[in-house]
Amino acid sequence: MEKLISEFSFGLFFWQLLIFVGLLFLLRKYAWKPILTAVDERETSIKEALASAEAARLEMESLQSDNQRILKEARAEKESLLKEAKATRNEIITAAKEEAKTEAQKIMTQAQESIQNEKRAAINELKNQVSTLAMDIAEKVLQKELENKDKQLNYVNQLLKETELK
Amino acid sequence: MPSATHPFYAVLCYTIALFSVPGLGVAKENATSSDLKTEIKEYIGHHLQDAYDFSLFSYTNASGEHVYIGFPLPVILWDNGLKVFSSSQFLHGESVAQVGTNYYAIDHGKIYKTNAEGVIEYDEEHHALNEAPLDFSITKGVASMLLIAGLMFWLFRKLGQSYVANGGVPAGIGRFFEPIVLYIRDDIARPNIGEKKYGKYMSFLLTVFFFIWFLNLLGLTPLGVNVTGNIAITFGLALLTFLITNLTGTKDYWLHIFDPLGGSMKWYAKVPLYIILIPIEVLGIFIKPFSLLIRLYANMQAGHIVLMSLIGLMFIFKSWLGSPLSFGLAFAISLIELLVALLQAYIFTMLSALYFGFAAEEHEHH
Repeated sequence: MEKLISEFSFGLFFWQLLIFVGLLFLLRKYAWKPILTAVDERETSIKEALASAEAARLEMESLQSDNQRILKEARAEKESLLKEAKATRNEIITAAKEEAKTEAQKIMTQAQESIQNEKRAAINELKNQVSTLAMDIAEKVLQKELENKDKQLNYVNQLLKETELK
Repeated sequence: MPSATHPFYAVLCYTIALFSVPGLGVAKENATSSDLKTEIKEYIGHHLQDAYDFSLFSYTNASGEHVYIGFPLPVILWDNGLKVFSSSQFLHGESVAQVGTNYYAIDHGKIYKTNAEGVIEYDEEHHALNEAPLDFSITKGVASMLLIAGLMFWLFRKLGQSYVANGGVPAGIGRFFEPIVLYIRDDIARPNIGEKKYGKYMSFLLTVFFFIWFLNLLGLTPLGVNVTGNIAITFGLALLTFLITNLTGTKDYWLHIFDPLGGSMKWYAKVPLYIILIPIEVLGIFIKPFSLLIRLYANMQAGHIVLMSLIGLMFIFKSWLGSPLSFGLAFAISLIELLVALLQAYIFTMLSALYFGFAAEEHEHH
């Protein structure tokens, strides 16, 4: 202890305090404050960046789930639309078929009618022509037949004979 | 050397001898062994003390004169007026310095006022009786501190500026020092002092850590400075911790000292206990920084003594076996001292932070 006290140099102690306290204040102003502030700022900015990244990630996730939902909805809508379209198509086809059928039937009936008409007209015409022809032939035959009066008379007589009056 | 008989040591010694610098173990002194031992002892004692000049090394030339290589430092005395002169006037303690009509001489590392012949009178306990002027000299220790202070200011100011210039990222050597600064903040200051108050102690903790560390490291260089192993230095540092602790002490801190049991007992039950407790607590205020100053002083002093003794052993052994072995030991101790340099700085900072934590506490914990 005595050695320690005798070794103690007041001058060294004085200079040590002066240098150290001076250094302390100088470093506080020019080094520690800027360093610690910069480090703090950097740490806050890193924390903020991480937080915003996390927020962005969450937003992405919600967006993705939104997208999925929308996609699902769209798919469902598409399917329902397709189904509807199919139904409509079927309906249209059936309707068209029906219509075509009736139309065809109508046309058929008309055709049959006109055929009948034509047929009737043709028959009538034929009848007329046949009758005319028959008349002509009959006229000619008659003319020829009537050239021979006796014969005719004979025949009429014969006919008359055959015919019994009732 | 009894251990040298062991085969392993023999091999080790040969290996060290092969790789060690030739001539390291060769001493040029012609003195006998016991004289050499005294000389080494004196040399170590001289080295541990502060010096008035910055001598790098000395040798004895052919004509038997001591030749010193180094440079003198200013001596500043207050002796009825300021006296400033160069330490070269002392001729390394061998001569008397004359300033005006006053004469000064060095005895056992201290400056005394003497007559023109430089006679120093002693009492029976070999204490000098001469008048000692107030000594504010820029000694080797002060010069080393100035050097380290300048280095620290330059280094950390540059680090601070590099953040501004580099967008919040340290550049250059700052990349090495930033983790240490952050370690002191996150692992020393924050847990010991608390999140709320650690900021105002940071400057002291950082400065004291790097100051002690750098001075410890400077002590390991061949410049032969022993600053942190000087009681005046460690006393000054511990005094600052003491002052900061007690000047920033909160109400709770003082309550803890003068009313350590708090509301857990009735006042008449506390009185007999407090007759013992309060003196212990008050003593504790002083013992805490005192342990700081003794720990740092003793560790650095011991390290220097061990290291220099081992180096001195080389000159005593003067053999192919002993000298390389003590060189190897000195080398190993140097490596340990590198660790001790950091460890002591850490312990001083850590304990200071712990004491500041006591002073800054604001919650009841009884």
